[in-house]
Amino acid sequence: MSILIKGGRVIDPAIGIDDTLDLLINDGKIAKTGKNLDAAGAEVIDAAGKLVTPGLIDIHVHLRDPGYEYKEDIVSGTRAAAAGGFTSVACMPNTNPVNDNKAVTLYIRNKAREEGSVNVFPIGSITKGLKGETLSEMGDLKDAGCIALSDDGKPVVNGEIMRRALEYAKPFGLVLISHAEELSLVGEGVMNDGFVATELGLKGIPWVAEDAATARDVMLAEFTGSRLHVAHVSTKGSVEIVRAAKKRGVKVTCEATPHHFTLTDEAVRGYDTNAKMNPPLRSAEDVAAVRQGLADGTIDVIATDHAPHHIDEKNVEFNVAMNGIVGLETALPLSLRLVAEGVLSLGDMLAKLTCAPARTLGIPRGTLESGAPADVTIIDPERSWTVEAAKLNSKSKNTPFDGWEMKGVAVCTIVGGKVVHQR
Amino acid sequence: MARNETIILDCAGINRALTRITHEILERNKGTSGLVLVGIRTGGDHLARELRERIADIEGVEIPLGTVDITMYRDDLGSRGSLPIGKTDIPFPLDDQKVILVDDVLFTGRTIRAAMDALIDIGRPQSIQLATLVDRGHRELPIRADYVGRNVPTSREESIQVNFDNNCPVEVRLVKP
Amino acid sequence: MSFRHKHILGTEQLSKEDIELILDTADSFKEINSREIKKVPTLRGKTIVNLFYEASTRTRTSFEIAGKRLSADTINMTASTSSVTKGETLEDTARNIEAMKPDILVMRHSASGAPHYLAERIDCSVINAGDGAHEHPSQALLDLLTIRQHKGKLEGLTVAIVGDISHSRVARSDLYAMTKMGMRVRLCGPGTMVPPGIEKLGAEVFTNMDEAIRDADVVMMLRIQLERQGKTLLPSLREYARFYGLNPTRLALARKDAIVMHPGPMNRGVEISSYVADGEQSVILGQVENGVAVRMALLYLVAGGDQSEA
Repeated sequence: MSILIKGGRVIDPAIGIDDTLDLLINDGKIAKTGKNLDAAGAEVIDAAGKLVTPGLIDIHVHLRDPGYEYKEDIVSGTRAAAAGGFTSVACMPNTNPVNDNKAVTLYIRNKAREEGSVNVFPIGSITKGLKGETLSEMGDLKDAGCIALSDDGKPVVNGEIMRRALEYAKPFGLVLISHAEELSLVGEGVMNDGFVATELGLKGIPWVAEDAATARDVMLAEFTGSRLHVAHVSTKGSVEIVRAAKKRGVKVTCEATPHHFTLTDEAVRGYDTNAKMNPPLRSAEDVAAVRQGLADGTIDVIATDHAPHHIDEKNVEFNVAMNGIVGLETALPLSLRLVAEGVLSLGDMLAKLTCAPARTLGIPRGTLESGAPADVTIIDPERSWTVEAAKLNSKSKNTPFDGWEMKGVAVCTIVGGKVVHQR
Repeated sequence: MARNETIILDCAGINRALTRITHEILERNKGTSGLVLVGIRTGGDHLARELRERIADIEGVEIPLGTVDITMYRDDLGSRGSLPIGKTDIPFPLDDQKVILVDDVLFTGRTIRAAMDALIDIGRPQSIQLATLVDRGHRELPIRADYVGRNVPTSREESIQVNFDNNCPVEVRLVKP
Repeated sequence: MSFRHKHILGTEQLSKEDIELILDTADSFKEINSREIKKVPTLRGKTIVNLFYEASTRTRTSFEIAGKRLSADTINMTASTSSVTKGETLEDTARNIEAMKPDILVMRHSASGAPHYLAERIDCSVINAGDGAHEHPSQALLDLLTIRQHKGKLEGLTVAIVGDISHSRVARSDLYAMTKMGMRVRLCGPGTMVPPGIEKLGAEVFTNMDEAIRDADVVMMLRIQLERQGKTLLPSLREYARFYGLNPTRLALARKDAIVMHPGPMNRGVEISSYVADGEQSVILGQVENGVAVRMALLYLVAGGDQSEA
């Protein structure tokens, strides 16, 4: 079974390709790239005017399966990923039961293999039951297929537990992903602390709640010499902390979400619960700092923090609504905006969605090199479309981007040499 | 003056009508005992003031003068929306008084109905008599005036305009559509 | 001049002209409250639902009396909020109320934005009777009516509002309304109770109460609630009273003819001393009386308002 993608602009930041080329896929692997390729019997896809890139990778997704299938499951979540151009996702362990043991990890991998549209890489929990008390069986989780560990959704409150987790994970080569939030400073906050919160009469979450936690975890990584990845960086201070740590040689990486580099806390006006997330949408100054962090390489990865919630959990008073939004199907056009606005080059932007996330969590993908798994995304960068929440592939429709005019879309997503999405 | 307007009463005509009404009121009520004047905002209260002055000239007595705003008693809130509400100011008891209710134009009678309801909410007059400068017909309720300045046959489409200058009535016009 | 709002969600949405119309209308309604028969048929046949998710005897009673004096049928519903999202949601409640075909829904809720949520989902008019720490428009309007009554004007006056500004919906509604009427607003509270960016709404911010009330025409004290505001914001009520309580000595710093206001209920001896609360400069009971007139005005204007405008 062969696929020949003809005449597209092939961009692979991993190996430094950016040229109009043909790409041949054979038996689920990248066979070769080159000019005027020919392959008898291959299915031909005309990619003239399109971008041909390594399949996009999202290392921060909540698939909600097992346990919260009414929000999302592996089938719908991976379908949404494919529609958004993603060929691989790493899913967070805050399921029910929590992915803190081999059985859950294997369940996720098996279901993903049998029913999923894209590759799913489970992330195990740092502590059992996300309780922040006892370390998970990290070795066992790694053997079962977890590629990283995180208590995402909650911080590891106790500093010593975080220290021991970093020390223990190190010999297993597992990255710890920090959800940096100092809960005592968050209190009952429901949105960014600042002028908008003052006007709306909503309790604020100050930036220092994130900065303080980021600083602690980064310094623990420095202290232990272990690898740390900071999830969803949203404040100026956090970006600065990571930037300074990288300069000192600390083994730290970090990610930013499309909503944190696109929206400010102004989006909360009107009490839109689809603008409620954690970390909250921040000030314009923070958004500018996150964009600067993306531009100068401080922020390595763009990840969605795809967090589906049922309408019943969002169609309520603002302060009781659940945190989070779906992101898989809007991440690519929002990232393309960064290119249009001159924040990132196309190559750098694609790197943050392909090779950089692969490298960050050690996922053996994110390149079009010969012999690599044939995960390919074909993007029409010019196609305009309107986000219609009701038509999203995700089971949940909680997006603040409903009705937005977008430019750029994945027109074909290929996973392991198989077309899983086309539009 | 626009061609579709006719003067029905000029300043002198208004004066004569008011003077006649004053005499009729005094004659019918046998003087000023128990008599009070209440004008309906805003045309009626100017006329009520005029009547009070005339009564004072003739009888040498200043009878109590009040004003009533009927907006709260309208029956057309749904169709006409919330009109601004003026002040009702009746600084004397109405109980057992003979109230002369004054309005500039008597038309469907709905305003008078509202004004009577307003008065009855405030007190229990011995009687309510109605004085109006113009009666233009087209009653929708069983209401009649006791004292009328001028009866003017009109069509429903026409309107009656009472012009005031410095709160004194100077002219009444009939305006055709 | 006509009133074009279907809902009264906050003073933020009201123009200077709207506020003047409301105050003038309230002035006219005040006369009814001094009659022997305190009732007019203005809103006969209209149904008003008072939906209160937070205990508030005084605001609910005030709205109830206002509705009854206008001959509307008023129904009181008290409901409890739950922090979980299971069970009957606000939307379910909205649909249930909708089925009763009310004309006006008066709503109090502990969540900021709850009345806005309902206004988008329900056909009838919604009047916000206080939402979280956001707005309490009828309180601000009755404050203005009281000040206008005592000072004969609003423009150019200086008002000092003292207390927990962060959690006060009264402070926000007052601030929006007063700045629109050309008044100078000073906000004052401990460092833990002044929210970020409030000066951008046109207020002068003080943390020293003596400075805040110096030469003020109006001193408005807000209720302090240790149990609600949490123990982290204040060391003690005793210390609060010392630095942010209004006593006769402090009041002497304001203009001689300054009036003292309080939205109630008062904590005597905490934010306000009894000498001041019951003193000659206090207009606190006048506020309560004006509350009924202002709420009558709001009900009347909303009932006949242009229903096409939100």
